[in-house]
Amino acid sequence: MSMRDLTLALLLTVANAPAQAAPEGPRLGQPLEPAAISAQDITVFPDGTGLPPGQGTAAEGKAVYDAKCAACHGPNGAGGSAEELAGGKNALTSAEPDKTIGTYWPYASTVFDFIRRSMPLDAPRSLSNGEAYAVTAYLLHANGIIGERDPINASTLPKIRMPNAAGFVWAYPERQPR
Amino acid sequence: MPFNPKERELDMQNSIESEDPKSESGRRKFLKKGLVLTGAALAGTAKADPPPPWMTRPGAPLSNYGQPSPHERAVIRWVAANTDAPGNGISWTPLERLEGIVTPSGLHFERHHNGVPQIDPAFHRLTVHGLVGKALSFGIDELLRYPMASRLCFIECGGNSNACWHQEPMQAPAGNIHGLASCSEWTGVPLATVLDECGLQPNAKWLIAEGADAAAMNVSIPLDKALGDALLALYQNGERLRPENGYPLRLILPGWEGVTNVKWLHRLQLAEQPAMARNETAKYTELLPSGQARQFSFVMEAKSLITRPSGGQTLPGPGLHQISGLAWSGRGAIRQVEVSTDGGKTWRDAALDAPVLPKCFTRFRLPWRWDGSPAVLKSRATDETGYTQPERQTLIAERGRQGYFHYNAIVAWAVAAEGSVSHVYA
Ligand code: HEC
Repeated sequence: MSMRDLTLALLLTVANAPAQAAPEGPRLGQPLEPAAISAQDITVFPDGTGLPPGQGTAAEGKAVYDAKCAACHGPNGAGGSAEELAGGKNALTSAEPDKTIGTYWPYASTVFDFIRRSMPLDAPRSLSNGEAYAVTAYLLHANGIIGERDPINASTLPKIRMPNAAGFVWAYPERQPR
Repeated sequence: MPFNPKERELDMQNSIESEDPKSESGRRKFLKKGLVLTGAALAGTAKADPPPPWMTRPGAPLSNYGQPSPHERAVIRWVAANTDAPGNGISWTPLERLEGIVTPSGLHFERHHNGVPQIDPAFHRLTVHGLVGKALSFGIDELLRYPMASRLCFIECGGNSNACWHQEPMQAPAGNIHGLASCSEWTGVPLATVLDECGLQPNAKWLIAEGADAAAMNVSIPLDKALGDALLALYQNGERLRPENGYPLRLILPGWEGVTNVKWLHRLQLAEQPAMARNETAKYTELLPSGQARQFSFVMEAKSLITRPSGGQTLPGPGLHQISGLAWSGRGAIRQVEVSTDGGKTWRDAALDAPVLPKCFTRFRLPWRWDGSPAVLKSRATDETGYTQPERQTLIAERGRQGYFHYNAIVAWAVAAEGSVSHVYA
């Protein structure tokens, strides 16, 4: 065990001690090189951590959207067989609220993260980073959040404040009053 | 929407009740009626019944993997999938056709965002990285050498019973409404053992769990749950996981909503903050009447449901019946289940079958002498924290009707004089 591991192990006991000691394992985990980790790490955090290089605008994203997304999500992000992505009009307090990217989603980072990991449904992980940025920009623009020519990249995306950013209350760990 | 009601139409995959003698199931029904007639004819004769055919010739040979009786072919999951993408959808456990507390593995409910990956375990590894002492990767063969633990617990989808937010009670079998809940014995390596091996940096507070499916489905989990009763499951009901339940590795978080029990688990990333993934922001959050939404509402609160008699079934006649049902709570053990046969005016304690385990299905039973007059049956569960399942109007007064997830109100079934059972809000 290196000095660093030892320090971390000590910190672990202090800061994050399991409720009961976990049964000891045979310690068969294989060390990973940073390159092997970054190859699989596709998480994007709200502060932009994890965003790759590249960029795109809504104007560029329209072609991507029309070719690869519109078949399921409808011409401008609405009216398809899959989820409505734009065009939400009904307030969240109304009898039939619209929960779209513009009306509901709290973070712009989630739009990029989800598209890159899961969409298009019929060919996930097929978009280039530039295409993913561009189609993210297209959807943010379709929701009236950014301009058509605003470049979306690792530094601009986390700065976008979503309309419903303050719309969530954490239920964990407290039980909600009844 | 994950469970679009317009997709809940009966499709060919689910139509097993056909009366058409040309169809497979229609032929079975037809044959069954024929058999009944023969039986009656035989009973009328003075001669003793001949032994049934299965006693007069040798039975079927042995088999490598047993299957249910062909007479049980109607006991299947109810599938509702996206017409444009058959791997995007759900299937419900037929709770009303099952007994006891264990769900057969092949009937465990499903929710897949983009199909069931066919994973070769030789090429599947679990990577643990982020705010750890050292990033490590574990092969399945390696994990199989770790100390394991077993526990029986339920998994319930956060969207279970969501049809009950609708204005009108949906008329469907109990399983098609409440069957996004199943219960299995899960066996695997305590997650704490693996995290202990990696070591955690002091600012690690969340764990982002990701599946190796075509959705790369991911959610963020608070570290205290990960270090608590979380299990890296390799086995379900004694055998290795079924592909649709996460083969070869699934995260089990007892008592927490289904989506956090990440299937096909391949990556755990320790972080200071949650990822704010799509399935913990846009979905699996509950919009309240105020316009605010509850987020990270992990725990499935106490719930119960009478499975027999239940919607769509028919009581053959007055007399003694056993009311049978399931209760569960994500906060611990079920302490009490009360049953009413008069729409909630009076309640009686049901008996709880052993074992009564925390965060596990609990079977309750109550004898009921039905006098043949219309009745409304209800059950309500209380868990070990003292929390009691609410009436529907109480839940709606608190949450409104747009929450979509975490519906746990009391379920009511109306029994008509002629014995038919329907779903009511009462
Ligand atoms: C084959 C049909 C199909 C195609 C093509 C497709 N999607 Fe989707 N999309 C879906 C379905 C179905 C869902 C819901 C997935 C689920 O249930 O988890 C979805 C979900 C989404 C969501 C999340 C919506 C929400 O409210 O949670 C976004 C954003 C999205 N898609 C963007 C895209 C983009 C951008 C493209 C093109 C690059 C694309 N999709 C292509 C079918 C499709």
